[in-house]
Amino acid sequence: MRLRLIPQETNFNFFKAARYTFGASVVAVIASIILFLVLGLNFGIDFRGGTTIRTDSTSEVSVADYRAAIDPLGLGDVVITEVFDPTFAADEHVAMIRIQAQEGQESISAEIVQQVEEALQQVDPSITFPSVESVGPKVSGELINTAIYAVLAAIVAIVIYIWARFEWQFAIGAVAALIHDVLLTIGLWSIFQLKFDLATIAALLTIVGYSINDTVVVFDRARENLIKYKKMPLIDVLNLSANETLSRTVMTSGTTLLALIALLVLGGDVIRGFVLAITWGIIVGTYSSIYVAKNIVLMLGVKRDWSKEKKPSGNQFMDIDA
Amino acid sequence: MLHIARFKQVLIVLACLAGVIFTLPNFFYSRVEMHNDAAKDIENGITNAELEADLAQWPSWLPSDIVNLGLDLRGGAQLLAEVRVEDVYETTMDGMWPQVRDVLVAERDTIGAIRRQESAPGTLAIRVANEDGVARAVELVRGLASPVTSVTGAGQSSLTVSANGNLVTVELSEAQKTVSDELTVRQALEIIRNRIDAAGTREPSIQRTGDRRILIEVPGAKSAQELKGWIGTTAQLGFHEVISTTGDENAEPGVGNFLAPDVEREGVYYILSRTAVVSGDQLTDSQPTFDQNGRPAVDFRFNPGGARAFGAYTSNNIGRPFAIVLDDEVISAPTIQSAITGGSGIITGSFTVEETTNLAVLLRAGALPAGLDFLEERTVGPELGADSIRSGQIAAVVGFVAVMIFMGLSYGLFGWIANIALILNMAMIIGILSLLGATLTLPGIAGIVLTMGMAVDANVLVYERIREELKTAKGPARAIELGYERAMSAILDANITTIMTAAILWFVGSGPVRGFATTLGIGILTSVFTAIFVTRLFIVWWFQRRRPKTIEV
Repeated sequence: MRLRLIPQETNFNFFKAARYTFGASVVAVIASIILFLVLGLNFGIDFRGGTTIRTDSTSEVSVADYRAAIDPLGLGDVVITEVFDPTFAADEHVAMIRIQAQEGQESISAEIVQQVEEALQQVDPSITFPSVESVGPKVSGELINTAIYAVLAAIVAIVIYIWARFEWQFAIGAVAALIHDVLLTIGLWSIFQLKFDLATIAALLTIVGYSINDTVVVFDRARENLIKYKKMPLIDVLNLSANETLSRTVMTSGTTLLALIALLVLGGDVIRGFVLAITWGIIVGTYSSIYVAKNIVLMLGVKRDWSKEKKPSGNQFMDIDA
Repeated sequence: MLHIARFKQVLIVLACLAGVIFTLPNFFYSRVEMHNDAAKDIENGITNAELEADLAQWPSWLPSDIVNLGLDLRGGAQLLAEVRVEDVYETTMDGMWPQVRDVLVAERDTIGAIRRQESAPGTLAIRVANEDGVARAVELVRGLASPVTSVTGAGQSSLTVSANGNLVTVELSEAQKTVSDELTVRQALEIIRNRIDAAGTREPSIQRTGDRRILIEVPGAKSAQELKGWIGTTAQLGFHEVISTTGDENAEPGVGNFLAPDVEREGVYYILSRTAVVSGDQLTDSQPTFDQNGRPAVDFRFNPGGARAFGAYTSNNIGRPFAIVLDDEVISAPTIQSAITGGSGIITGSFTVEETTNLAVLLRAGALPAGLDFLEERTVGPELGADSIRSGQIAAVVGFVAVMIFMGLSYGLFGWIANIALILNMAMIIGILSLLGATLTLPGIAGIVLTMGMAVDANVLVYERIREELKTAKGPARAIELGYERAMSAILDANITTIMTAAILWFVGSGPVRGFATTLGIGILTSVFTAIFVTRLFIVWWFQRRRPKTIEV
């Protein structure tokens, strides 16, 4: 007996609730932008500069004691968070300490790290420091720029590719879905103040790649059906295409999510943020390829009838008859 | 009918076989590693029973390339250093002063008396007594310039000389600065490499990033701090004339001189002549040793030019102190007892044996041409790395099994065929990573796990398409054929877009992020191969043997 998540034949009308789904997406995107503007992002040291020290101890972490030990050093903003993870041993207690970039210092002072380590060893002699990372403000500023360029470059490259392979309406639909996914991820990171660092950017780019992957499969089928059913209204063609590819969409998202959930639960806390971003992106990406990208295409309309010569509508064949 | 040309079948099988064989060494990671280390030593002419035993850990006829573990998995330290190229402008201009002085003094009649003035670092300012002579002075100094020797700067002069009133200012021209920067960074890279190599670490990676940055990654280094110790400060050694000593740290050293603290005695400062009698780059060798009192010391030897200068200076200044200066600090300031003409000597100070060893290494490797600013440093302990590998492996295996079961349940036999392709896909990813010597990072493992989920995508597309075609097509063979054919465009579109993002990630990312891009990119390529060619081959084999009238996908 086969496992069937989706019946062999489906006939959902994805546009029936278009007003609500698309409306919800618009609201979510706007909310994300507002959240980002109001709350901002919890930038990691990659983008903000500073130092993070990971501590590992056999006795319980006391954030208050750690803070009391570090505060007299006068290092400005210090954030101490305890890390919990199912993969830790019973006597493994981990905390992350983030210290802001120190005024007027490009290179990171070894003494500061040493002072902090010594102060913490006073509190807890069993403490060890499995990782110490410092990024100077000069590099962190550049990293922000590079990250923004990278995400923009990825989006532009994909738009150009889709535009070359499909018609421009599809490219717009695809890019709208992409931006939707990216903004929603930023919104989630903003509302929960999750750490936003280089790994998150890598995750964002992966989302961009994955989301388009889903969208393209639906578009590909729509293109095929547009040729096959010349008289069918666009809305029905899009619906048919989405239905025909639905089991594939669910299967692929399903296998990817299975792998990601394994990584999320068992992969350790070091990459959890990264994996979480990708997982979220896959869910949003699947949603957007069904509910956002096609809506845009429908709104823009696609030129169907090539037999009658009309004024060019800006598709890929517009210059051929010249 | 379903058919694949014989030579294609052979190629596909060979590619899979290669993937498996090249993955094999990774299952015996530490053995292969020992084998490789021993092989390298033996190649360099060192042989002993222990090395032979290590070598025997892995048969030499098998491939011995293994995946290179990143710092976040193996533990180690990383530094991003920026070379302070401006330092060199300063030394160049200070070095030019005697030359400039000589040509000007020779024409004192027209120019009048000259004096060097305090000026911005990297520039040389000279006050000329006779204002009418300024034009002539500028001309003379310009005569010292040489044409720039780079492609872009060809034909331009190496110096910019300007005059304001009776003040003549000399500095390096922009074109010359570019040439100088390039040389400085390359030299710094070479010297850092020498020093890290001398510290005896395995597989350090030292590479240039951008115009003036150097990224240093050393697996196994205990901390970025330790790494900084190896790279040291500039290790600029010089033997300088002592003008006077003082206890005032704000003393005015006067033009052409500088103030340097004594390393051992707090509150003691020396005023030294900036131009060194002999500088560190004239050293040919240095070794840790002990002085006549049995204290650790460093022994050094000059090249002939250095020996001559040192001999001349010491014979003219017997009874006077001279200072041995390392990185603007006076290590010791002995009084010259007699002329030292042999071209060698020893440096004493309150050193430990370890310090003398380090100092000897630093001096032998040569001085860094300029100071370094450390912009970024990361340390990962080996414990954390090992934990990360363990968690990553467990997660990968669990994810792998879950995806396989899911595929098996959903597509039956065809699902298991996809699963075999998935296993081969993993083997090929790891095999290719090993062959390329690419670095596996923690996000890289995530990339592999993600690829697992996405790798079956191509198969899902094909299988779903076969299901559809079964409804209309004439017979299962035709349906399979059409399924592969018609799913192709969607597979290509979907994967090309993902490859593009992987490429962008690879170009802009560094370290772990680049590791992720690498595995993602390779994973997509191999998964398209296994999903299209390998599964098709298996299905064709199965079909030709069974000739089923109907199939269930």
